[in-house]
Amino acid sequence: MPASRSLGLLVLTALIGVAPVLFPSVFYYEIGTGIFIASLVVVGLNILMGYAGQVSLGHAGFFGIGAYAMAIGPARFGLPSMLSILAGLAVTILTAWVVGRPILKLKGHYLAVATLGLGILISMVLSNEAQWTGGPDGMSVPKFELLGFTIRGSRMWYWTSAAVLLIGIWLALNLVDSPTGRALRGLHDSEVAAASNGIDVARYKLVAFTISAGYASLAGSMAALSDGHITPTAAGFLHSVELVTMSVLGGMGSIFGAVIGAGLLKALPQVLTFLHDYEQVVIGAIMMGIMIFLREGILPAVTSRLRSRAP
Amino acid sequence: MPELMQFMFSGLTVGAVYALVALGFTIIYNASDVVNFAQGEFVMLGGMVTFFATAAGVPLPIAAVLAIASAVAVGLVLYKLAIEPARGASVVTLIIITIGASIFIRGVAQIVFDKQFHRIPAFSGDAPFKILGATLLPQSLWVLAGTAITVAALWLFLQRTIFGKAIVATSANRLAAQLVGVDTNSVVAVSFALSGAIGALAGILITPITLTSYDVGTLLALKGFAAAMLGGMGNPVGAVVGGLLLGMAEQLSAGLISSKYKDAVAFIMILLILFVLPNGLFGRARVERV
Repeated sequence: MPASRSLGLLVLTALIGVAPVLFPSVFYYEIGTGIFIASLVVVGLNILMGYAGQVSLGHAGFFGIGAYAMAIGPARFGLPSMLSILAGLAVTILTAWVVGRPILKLKGHYLAVATLGLGILISMVLSNEAQWTGGPDGMSVPKFELLGFTIRGSRMWYWTSAAVLLIGIWLALNLVDSPTGRALRGLHDSEVAAASNGIDVARYKLVAFTISAGYASLAGSMAALSDGHITPTAAGFLHSVELVTMSVLGGMGSIFGAVIGAGLLKALPQVLTFLHDYEQVVIGAIMMGIMIFLREGILPAVTSRLRSRAP
Repeated sequence: MPELMQFMFSGLTVGAVYALVALGFTIIYNASDVVNFAQGEFVMLGGMVTFFATAAGVPLPIAAVLAIASAVAVGLVLYKLAIEPARGASVVTLIIITIGASIFIRGVAQIVFDKQFHRIPAFSGDAPFKILGATLLPQSLWVLAGTAITVAALWLFLQRTIFGKAIVATSANRLAAQLVGVDTNSVVAVSFALSGAIGALAGILITPITLTSYDVGTLLALKGFAAAMLGGMGNPVGAVVGGLLLGMAEQLSAGLISSKYKDAVAFIMILLILFVLPNGLFGRARVERV
């Protein structure tokens, strides 16, 4: 891993460690947890969108599978927390692998609509199969427990989700610098050129899709555990759009940008609560604004400006 | 048999609305390569403006004209303020912009109007016709006739007027159109206005049957998009056929299998079609040059 990235990881770790000093109340730990969980999804999504160059408007579906595993596993199958997380991951990876194969042959708008359809179908199953999922009202989620140790409370979830995020980022950084990462960037630039250099394009796209789905599932499981409740909106279309917006906002192809994008978009509704009815209007306007004026995303825009200023 | 007829009637009615939404998508997509996720908001505006105008005492025909005019205005503003400044942006960026626009318009609608469901009275009464044991609402005939007239008028406009031909030329090749003197910027602006008008019309026609509220747009846009995709993106005939097929498939599956997954039909169909025919029913395979 290049030194700049190791440094980035250290700085992020330090920021996460120091931030609680400034927290005026426990509520801020919850916001932090929300940001870390969203960041984890976006880090995964970035591998797919930023590196492999494939769009997904359905990742909230995988998030939903991971989240519901934490409710359905214990309640319907008596599974312990850890096994429920793994079961969610298994179902997600299987779904992504099987459906990804035909879907990833598509390009541009067709790929967008196919992933969108997949995500919506997952959320419809979650809200329709009420005997399993509790329907539109959702289900409550028991606390995480492993070998008699329980994770409870906002503070513990802050540190747990931060640790998982940092591990997720570290894995993603390693992946990006591995031969697989180079293959992904290669097919992003030109699928034909990549193929003629012996890269199995279809396979690498599928690998990126499945890995990013796995990140989403794990994040969904953590969100369900830390909230203690889960509803089908977690898997809905608008959540998928939110995730993609975070990814683009932070800067596609930038792992640390993912954290910035997720942080800004997660913090935004908290800042905007005073707007009440005007909240949607402002969120819509901000989405359009950042896409028009910050097209490459915040982090790349800032770093390129800094670089151009340096002699 | 009467049941089957019944499903066909309701399927065609809903399908006609999907067809109009898909047509709106297609017009904008052809002129500018933008997939406009705010298309459903035009349908919402059509229904909502008509309801609030008639509630304020405006006669229905004038209210309908007002509704269409406001959707046209919104379409133009959307183009000027959000699409034109983002020219050259990637597919994902443009998708997020139009989704942002739809959230924005929905947010404004919930403030300017309200969050209730509204119904406008059927244009010519609610006494149903009996055909082969099935019932057909007079409003369904309005929907079907309105769709047919819109499609015919659109075809005439595109084939027989100089401006329509400019739109066709821009769709075929933007640069070539510019070279022969077509003002492609106005063409794209007009395509947004046109698809606003078509969307609003769909909203006015269907509101007496399905009701309207500030948030009906999202699902309609997604289904209209699915219909457009089904017929092959960018093909107007395909959009209409795709819309009608989708409406029928939805009603048949709701009637014969279960209504639980009625809204899922669109997305199941789209996935199946894309797997089997990656260019839609009427799309031509694109040859990619390297």
